[in-house]
Amino acid sequence: MKAKTLFDKVWDAHVVEHVEGGPNILYIDKHLIHEVTSPQAFSGLNARGLKVFRPERTIATPDHNVPTVNQDLPIVDMESRTQVETLKANCEKNQIEMYGLNHPNNGIVHVVGPELGHTQPGMTLVCGDSHTSTHGAFGAVAFGIGTSEVEMVFATQCIMQSKPKKMRITIDGELAKGVSAKDLTLYVIAQLGTGGATGYFVEYAGSAVRSLSMEGRMTVCNMSIEMGARGGMIAPDETTFEYVKGRMHAPKGEAWEQALEKWKTLKTDEGAVFDKEYTFRAEDIEPMITYGTNPGMGMGITASVPALADIQASELPSFKKSLAYMDYEFGRKILGKKVDYVFIGSCTNGRIEDLRAFAALVKGRQKADSITAWIVPGSKKVEKQAIEEGLVEILEEAGFELRQPGCSACLAMNEDKVPAGKYCVSTSNRNFEGRQGPGSRTLLASPLTAAAAAITGVITDPREFL
Amino acid sequence: MSVDKFTYLESSCVPLPNENVDTDQIIPARFLKATSRDGFGENLFRDWRFDSSGDPIKDFVLNQPEYSGQVLVAGKNFGSGSSREHAAWAIADYGFKVVISSFFADIFRNNALNNGVLPIQVSAEFLEKLFEAIEKDHSQKLSIDLEKQELSYKDEVFQFEINPYKKTCLLNGFDDIDYLIDKKTKIHDFEESRLKV
Ligand code: SF4
Repeated sequence: MKAKTLFDKVWDAHVVEHVEGGPNILYIDKHLIHEVTSPQAFSGLNARGLKVFRPERTIATPDHNVPTVNQDLPIVDMESRTQVETLKANCEKNQIEMYGLNHPNNGIVHVVGPELGHTQPGMTLVCGDSHTSTHGAFGAVAFGIGTSEVEMVFATQCIMQSKPKKMRITIDGELAKGVSAKDLTLYVIAQLGTGGATGYFVEYAGSAVRSLSMEGRMTVCNMSIEMGARGGMIAPDETTFEYVKGRMHAPKGEAWEQALEKWKTLKTDEGAVFDKEYTFRAEDIEPMITYGTNPGMGMGITASVPALADIQASELPSFKKSLAYMDYEFGRKILGKKVDYVFIGSCTNGRIEDLRAFAALVKGRQKADSITAWIVPGSKKVEKQAIEEGLVEILEEAGFELRQPGCSACLAMNEDKVPAGKYCVSTSNRNFEGRQGPGSRTLLASPLTAAAAAITGVITDPREFL
Repeated sequence: MSVDKFTYLESSCVPLPNENVDTDQIIPARFLKATSRDGFGENLFRDWRFDSSGDPIKDFVLNQPEYSGQVLVAGKNFGSGSSREHAAWAIADYGFKVVISSFFADIFRNNALNNGVLPIQVSAEFLEKLFEAIEKDHSQKLSIDLEKQELSYKDEVFQFEINPYKKTCLLNGFDDIDYLIDKKTKIHDFEESRLKV
């Protein structure tokens, strides 16, 4: 038999039909929905006189729009409230399981799926959100779709997709102290650029990837889309099985044993061919930070912004515009530059491990007076765990408070907006112009680097505190 | 929702040479709160087009009366970032039928096609020449023949690629959902066969 990649194995097992000269009809095991990209799909479905075909394969959670304080009160912003209520009404009508605000399972869709055991190896999983790639950490084929495609999944549990090309990114070696999964992914994106993996599905491999926790693997797969990849995935192993076992929706008893047997076959065969391969060394990675307005514009925190002479002519106009927006200079370091806001959260770094890392660094220290910090757990479960583990006390003693779960300042659809011209060190995934509020300036980094900035009020190498 | 048919278009165009235009620029997140598909055109490129008090920013191309038309010509890597289909809705609602670039982000390309907007990928050289031509003559007309897969202006012709299935859909105004609904039996069979293994 022909050697197959992990991606081939999962994808091929879900092809219902190959359309001549066109895309595949791909069967979807799990569909996650939220309030922003689903209402138009439900209306489309309604207009066709249809109901959701396989409601038991869809779960819903409002996250993008929700306030991160006073979640027990009605949402103040009327449009946001309407979206959240529309989701509820649509789910009730179509018998879709929903974890509404204040529900113990509520949270960011990509945090909730894995923690409830909805996300499992070998699945196809989609959501109307580009960071669906997160779930690839379990060896699932998971990717973001548009609202028309959400409607297709509602109507038929399938979508039409051309099979992407395959890329493998291998990172061998050991990450140094103070260097996390977030730094690893920002490093890879800086090497490949924002369009470097467009058209590809990425498999991450190598000893540095293998030794990451599930949380770390999710961080890496989450950011795949930032280099244009359709998705990213990691072969499931003991770390994966350990994480999934016993979760609410994970298979139990005999079904677990059967599943495990199947999941163990989910790896790239010896000799399988990728369309493109990259190899990096974990030792080359230091804590990373972005200085520009796309996630590819990242560098080691002690490095300098590229000099004018180092930039290709074709990229110069965009580069200049970007640096002007950030008010940074060519060829200069940004270490020590002023920071105004710090955001810990999002589907990239809003998990318990991230809060632990942040708390460990700020413990016994004090938040800088000039800093406004938003610490937003990825879900109710993360919030609960942070309380149980005593992280909240550590945070409070250091002058921080834990907010309630949601996407929050990752995309600033709620009140958590960074004002124009202000700098925010953010653990989220996008530093686009205005992403955190009109005129806001975002510096993407790890929870540790964010913690260091929160203590000093300036861009700081977190290794100084370790 | 069926899409408009697309066969042939002749139009002047709007140049936007910026590279890596992400969907947060095309339609910022704070305008995603609607529950219908209409009206997103008003906020297309909102923060490049209007200042914080809502006044048009003169330098931005959509505010320059010398440029108009149903074709947006954009720099490399157009539509990266979020999967929000609102970006495609905003472009369609504003009145664009075609977006030309030397490189598109995957999800944006799909979303555009699903809304009857044709993304045409051209070579970097062709794109550069096209920008120059528009610079020289702001009302430079382009013609797009989907059947022949040809994009042309003056003596320049570019043969573009499109997935044959998607081409048929656009030419006839079909959409994927209709196609999939027709396949329900097959989908049922697929589900059954998976249960057996
Ligand atoms: S946290 Fe940010 S990236 Fe993640 S789902 Fe929410 S808005 Fe999207």
